[in-house]
Amino acid sequence: MPIRLRLDKPWRPLSADEAARLPGQLGVYQVADATGAIVYIGQAGGRSPFGLRSELQREFKERGPGHQFRVEVNMQYRTRWFELLMVHQADHGSLPSDNAKNPPPSLGRLSPA
Amino acid sequence: MDFEPDSEQQMLIDQVRRYVREEIIPLEAKLDPDASELDPADHARLVEKTKAMGLFGIDIPKEFGGPDIDIVTRVLLAIEMAQHRAGLYVPCYGTFGGAGLAQIFEANEDQKQRYLYPTLRGEKKPFFGLTEPSGGSDPARAIQTRAERKDNGWVLNGAKIFISGADRAQYGIVFARTDASKGRAGITCFLVDAETPGFHVRRVVHTLRSSSYATELEFKDCWVSDHQVLGEINKGFAVANDRLTRQRIPYAAGCIGVAIAAHEMAIEWAKMRSTFGEKLANRQAVQWMLVDNEIDIRSARHFTLEAAEKARRGLPFRTEAAIAKLIASEGGGRVVDRSMQIHGGMGMTKDLPLERWYREMRIRRVGEGPSEVQRMVIAREILGSNLR
Repeated sequence: MPIRLRLDKPWRPLSADEAARLPGQLGVYQVADATGAIVYIGQAGGRSPFGLRSELQREFKERGPGHQFRVEVNMQYRTRWFELLMVHQADHGSLPSDNAKNPPPSLGRLSPA
Repeated sequence: MDFEPDSEQQMLIDQVRRYVREEIIPLEAKLDPDASELDPADHARLVEKTKAMGLFGIDIPKEFGGPDIDIVTRVLLAIEMAQHRAGLYVPCYGTFGGAGLAQIFEANEDQKQRYLYPTLRGEKKPFFGLTEPSGGSDPARAIQTRAERKDNGWVLNGAKIFISGADRAQYGIVFARTDASKGRAGITCFLVDAETPGFHVRRVVHTLRSSSYATELEFKDCWVSDHQVLGEINKGFAVANDRLTRQRIPYAAGCIGVAIAAHEMAIEWAKMRSTFGEKLANRQAVQWMLVDNEIDIRSARHFTLEAAEKARRGLPFRTEAAIAKLIASEGGGRVVDRSMQIHGGMGMTKDLPLERWYREMRIRRVGEGPSEVQRMVIAREILGSNLR
């Protein structure tokens, strides 16, 4: 079964408890503001000590309450991360605000059908 | 043939080996284990170093500003450049530059001005659009993308898959069928700008190689002018075939480099690690794995250098390139697999580069023509007019 192009799981509140319940696996995630606008697309890569759990715990610590998140466990976290960034760019004309501050050096372009 | 490096080659090998160990590996240790890019500032700094070494643009022909290094020496250096975590697919993170795509060296002067020279200056990146959903091993029959005559140009319709770098490229070399009745004699090669209306990068194709992705392309009423035809109408297959043959030699060299690195790690580990009161290196089962590694590496090195030597002398090397690619990709995979076995649990982790090499090396038995196609090429040689 192919990976869905867009992450469309329901949003969960970004909190210490929710983050602590996450698996320690590799993958990708999105953080949105209270309105559901995606502000950051991140990855839990091979150097994350506890994968998605530690990345979302860090996100909560840095952002505080008032945000939402969703995750996807994925061993191909890196290519999936690039894909989500390109799809967001195609859908919205720009990267999420926090990714735009430090964009990957050579992001490609997609025009999903 | 004597494949021992001469003193000049050895000096270059030592120089590149030092560069990999002192510049690349320390930076790599800070990156994600699946990373395929350096920080742009580090990349720029290292490009200046390779330029100072006189080795930047190593695969560019001399007449276009390359350093004029013969293919045998380039193979010896490619073996060194691959000896780090990302080295199989991104040797030294591209800091030695690239030649772009060899086909555009055959372009006409106008095309060279628009594509070749900007590519060599690093201003444009190309992609190579050959494989289609209908197949990749037999392009002569599998290519279904059509190019039809219209308004002093051609309209392309069709799809390509497993195309690397198309989403970041400024143009591509695209193969399309211009005469449906002629098989391999009905394929033409086009230069297609990424901004051309009707050209779409539709999706990312995720593979075992999770450091980088391939893409799927769609051509939908994509019009290109006659000036975009590379070479002659209906003679594109020869262009593709030439590229596939030439590419097999450096492809083999990369596999050897990674195999050597994995083997050296396994030797070091076997000498250090004890189980049940004995070093692994003292156990015959492990010794035999290391011996088999050594044999696989030496065989691959011999046949790859033989292919390169034939190419250097201007002799036909299609069969030799197929043998080299076959032996290096299959043998390299076995070496990495045995080296993981010797490392035990640690060999499976992202702490070490072995798991990345294992995944990426598996692709090498399919990429640039699968093992079965290489065997077909060799079989044609031994059963054809040169039957021995």
